[in-house]
Amino acid sequence: MIKRNNDVWVFIEQRNDRPADVSLELLSKGRKLAIELNSQLKAVVIGYNVENIAVETFNYGVSEVLITDHPELIHYKTLPYSKILSELVEKFRPGVVLFGATIIGRDLAPRVASYNKCGLTADCTDLQIADVKYLRNEYKNLLLQIRPAFGGNIIATIITPDVDIQIATVREGVMRLEPLVSSVKGKITNIAYHPSELDNIVKIIEQHREENRVNLKGSPIIVAGGYGLGNKANFKLIQELADTIGGEVAGSRAAVDAGFVTPDRQVGQTGVTVRPKLYIAVGISGAIQHRAGMQESNKIIAINNDPEAPIFGIAHYGIVGDAAQIIPTFINLFKQKLR
Amino acid sequence: MGYHSIVLVKQVPDTANISGQVMKEDGTVNRALLPAIFNHEDRVALEIALQIQDNFGGTVSAITMGPPRASDVLRECLFMGADNAYLISDRKFAGADTLATSYVLSEAIKKIGNYDFIFAGRQAIDGDTAQVGPQTAEKLGIPQITYAQEIISLKENHAVIKKKIEGGYEILETALPCLITVLKDAVFPRPYKAKRVMTYKNAKTLIELEKLTEGNSLLYIDQLKYEYISKHIYINTLTMDDLKLDSERCGVAGSPTKVHKIESVVLKGNKHENIEPTKQGIGNLIDKLMEDHIFG
Repeated sequence: MIKRNNDVWVFIEQRNDRPADVSLELLSKGRKLAIELNSQLKAVVIGYNVENIAVETFNYGVSEVLITDHPELIHYKTLPYSKILSELVEKFRPGVVLFGATIIGRDLAPRVASYNKCGLTADCTDLQIADVKYLRNEYKNLLLQIRPAFGGNIIATIITPDVDIQIATVREGVMRLEPLVSSVKGKITNIAYHPSELDNIVKIIEQHREENRVNLKGSPIIVAGGYGLGNKANFKLIQELADTIGGEVAGSRAAVDAGFVTPDRQVGQTGVTVRPKLYIAVGISGAIQHRAGMQESNKIIAINNDPEAPIFGIAHYGIVGDAAQIIPTFINLFKQKLR
Repeated sequence: MGYHSIVLVKQVPDTANISGQVMKEDGTVNRALLPAIFNHEDRVALEIALQIQDNFGGTVSAITMGPPRASDVLRECLFMGADNAYLISDRKFAGADTLATSYVLSEAIKKIGNYDFIFAGRQAIDGDTAQVGPQTAEKLGIPQITYAQEIISLKENHAVIKKKIEGGYEILETALPCLITVLKDAVFPRPYKAKRVMTYKNAKTLIELEKLTEGNSLLYIDQLKYEYISKHIYINTLTMDDLKLDSERCGVAGSPTKVHKIESVVLKGNKHENIEPTKQGIGNLIDKLMEDHIFG
């Protein structure tokens, strides 16, 4: 049986000189995993002038931050970042390494896993620690990497029993953000970086970033439309309803794929996970990937013309009927009552 | 001159169109009943490689690892315009996760050799992991650009590429060779050319030729293979032994991730309150939500 170092590592991504939300969410979850494993929570920060980012992780119970700070590393670049992280993981062999399932996380984590010949599970919707019996062997304290699979018809629990490093990615919003009441006094360890010519095979010519104006996670009311709305014109009703009751517009993956709504508004396993006070799902059948992203909403209203749609299984209120009639009625009545 | 592009393609079950029949009574999926399709983003990757060939000359090779029937997507690649096709297939590859798959693909690519670009879709719809591309690049020791949206320019040994980043885009310049994974909207894949379909619908892998010779004492496999090669309708077929692979790194043996448990998704009892789609029903619902301070 292999021997594991049970430390839990989280790769910290940066947004506007702050840790990305998803990284802080992973620290919150990572801390719980580390407590169960009776081990340490550690953070890895790569960049330039990132000490303040490192210090912020202490609010989440990090006992040690590994920092690589260098002007050449100011922007994410696949080759130097993956080399630094791959070699750190190889040297210290943490039992668990977590990445946000962001564009950067999905670029970086596979290279780190490949370099270290270990497993990697993408887009987990839950992570747990458990003793597992697998093929007649007993394994202590494995990381259960849980995710919907195969078009959402099944939920799979993935394990990597025979490798000492377990790596997973998790989407933003899936884990709850839980800062500590008082920050811990952690240690900062500087890791040297020696630039090599190979790190510059790919050069950044230009970067263009817009402030992300969509804030689904922070909105108390979300009105989401699905493929069942049939066309873009019907999807406008979603916008009208959201505007009337003061909510944000969202969509299922099918609605995004059909072009009804932009990808930054996708709710679900491969989109954002939300927990609003009110979630109105219109024309959304309710596949597991979608439910994974909204089922913890405080109140759910489902509107669908198919009474058998799975979405009704998790809804608090269900309206069976044609959205093109129900939504205008809803809007008119709401306006009247508000007067 | 010109560039040699290798395109990684995958045959995937059409998970978007799962019908009632596909679900077994115990709630699991009957894979055999699912239609197998060409992963769309890989088709986009092939189109980009073909456009580079249109503009600069060179060769396009399509490669897939999969069961014998994955030859279907390779024929589709030939219909679109690929020059060569490679099926990497072996019983010992079954059950491969992304690590084992990228090992096999990277070794196959080394054998094909002399490439400038490797293109792939960002991810395949059956797993959505987006891992095989970067892991193949890592094993080949080459750079990667994921989430590519456009090849802006190409000059000698350098390509300028636009890629998506969180909240925007980035323009990168890379030396070749480089592995690039593309987003589905990057370009629109061309339709099949009728003439190519007529020719390549007869293209066959070694496995398919062997089937033809079974029970037909007049056909000899070596002769048949030679005939298909000379007509340019032979789909190169490589096994674990052909690639001299380490069996410990292939298939289930080479896959660190294991499926511990699979649960079919069972919905809990339906406990929602049914609201009539009438003025009165909807009005009552709004009142209730206002009382609960959900609105306002």
